[in-house]
Amino acid sequence: MSRTTATSPASIKKAAARLVVLVATRKGAWLFHSDGKRKAWTVDGPHFLGHTISHVMLDPRDGRTLLAAARTGHLGPTVFRSTNLGRSWKEAQQPPAFAAASNGLPGRSVDHTFWLTPGHASEPGSWYAGTSPQGLFRSIDAGVTWAPLPAVNDDPQFREWMGSAQDGTPDGPKLHSVIVDPRDPKHLYFGMSGGGVHESRDGGQSWATLIQGMEVVEGFDAATVTFHDPHCVRLCPANPDRLYQQNHCGIYRLDRTDRPSGDVWHRIGRKMPKRVGDIGFPMVVHPRDADTAWVFPMDGTDVWPRTSPAGQPAAYVTRNAGKTWQRLDQGLPDSQAWWTVKRQAMTVDAQAKPALYLGTTGGELWIGRDEGASWTNIARHLPEIYAVEVAELA
Amino acid sequence: MKILIPGALRSYTGESHVDAEGDTLDQLFADLDRRYPGLRFRVVDEQGQLRPNMRIFVNGLGVRDLRQALKPDDFVAVVLALSGG
Repeated sequence: MSRTTATSPASIKKAAARLVVLVATRKGAWLFHSDGKRKAWTVDGPHFLGHTISHVMLDPRDGRTLLAAARTGHLGPTVFRSTNLGRSWKEAQQPPAFAAASNGLPGRSVDHTFWLTPGHASEPGSWYAGTSPQGLFRSIDAGVTWAPLPAVNDDPQFREWMGSAQDGTPDGPKLHSVIVDPRDPKHLYFGMSGGGVHESRDGGQSWATLIQGMEVVEGFDAATVTFHDPHCVRLCPANPDRLYQQNHCGIYRLDRTDRPSGDVWHRIGRKMPKRVGDIGFPMVVHPRDADTAWVFPMDGTDVWPRTSPAGQPAAYVTRNAGKTWQRLDQGLPDSQAWWTVKRQAMTVDAQAKPALYLGTTGGELWIGRDEGASWTNIARHLPEIYAVEVAELA
Repeated sequence: MKILIPGALRSYTGESHVDAEGDTLDQLFADLDRRYPGLRFRVVDEQGQLRPNMRIFVNGLGVRDLRQALKPDDFVAVVLALSGG
């Protein structure tokens, strides 16, 4: 286990930490600080003890602003902001909230904000949020106020694809994987569980589906957008024309072309070992190598136990864009470990030799050194982990 | 009128009993939000509905309709529903 010490937020500054791992859980948020060696960790938390925190993100454009998506069992959803790395927090003045009913569609209420994405590097203060039920929101003032994007939230076609709350995942249907193309602030992607993958090239005013090649549950029509359930979509920083996706029905890669008919997802998960399968939630891409990506399979058979297959957790990596996969389990429990990893709870840093990070449904935080070759536990006994992000501090 | 605030909302009010005004529950929450910004949205959703698992009692009687009329000497209790034991 890595060395971990507890400290007060005020002493974090003295530690001159360079990296921070942001852990969002069912019962609050924790920040783990370290330096580039990533050997020793200083824990700062809990923040918002007892609140359900879906996601915590650092603004990479200033290296110090944090946003946290929160709710409690009884109270409605909100967003908290910190401009000093969590020493103090302020609530958003206008959290994500749907508009009044329109287009003859029933009005909806945000149950929780699920996903936070900083906007383009050229647009300081811009953020996107995805919610449950599915909704897309934008802030242009660093998360103080949020506005709904009507071309998604109030569009009859999108609403049909979204279905009702009962059509979604057990803890609510979600809009997730909001991606901003690093080359173009107006080029956006998102995924919906359920409801497919979509992209906009005009900043969110109009959208096109991106589901060719994606499979659906047996017996259903793959041409029907609502049946598509992307779990996590990632764009490769090293090649923004390449995306990877972990889906309810497998692992996929998409290499964009200049013609819509050529934009076809390929099921690269068919090369995974049959006894493990290619079902899971997280998808992680290498910061500098578009051929390298990681997944963390789970048991998607029978009633969908959503545990590690056979109680033996492992990440899998491809280093050739999905032609082959290798198991990465050194240091992880070799038996009777029935946890798994949610879609936002696995990530990678951008250090010279990247490390992976994952948080488990059993409240454990792990680091996978040398790109996942060797796993070490950072923390145990946290609440169920919903999201893990890593960022380099300014 | 006097309002009883549950513990989960005292990060907004700082105290368990506060004063606010309104001829209806909706107006009362609007006034509470002016005094304690952000409080209303934690209790009432964007479609004007009381959130699930939140309960309101006016003089001891449970109410869910925010159009409920109020008098200046009413006592309003905002309560987290007792759910799950």
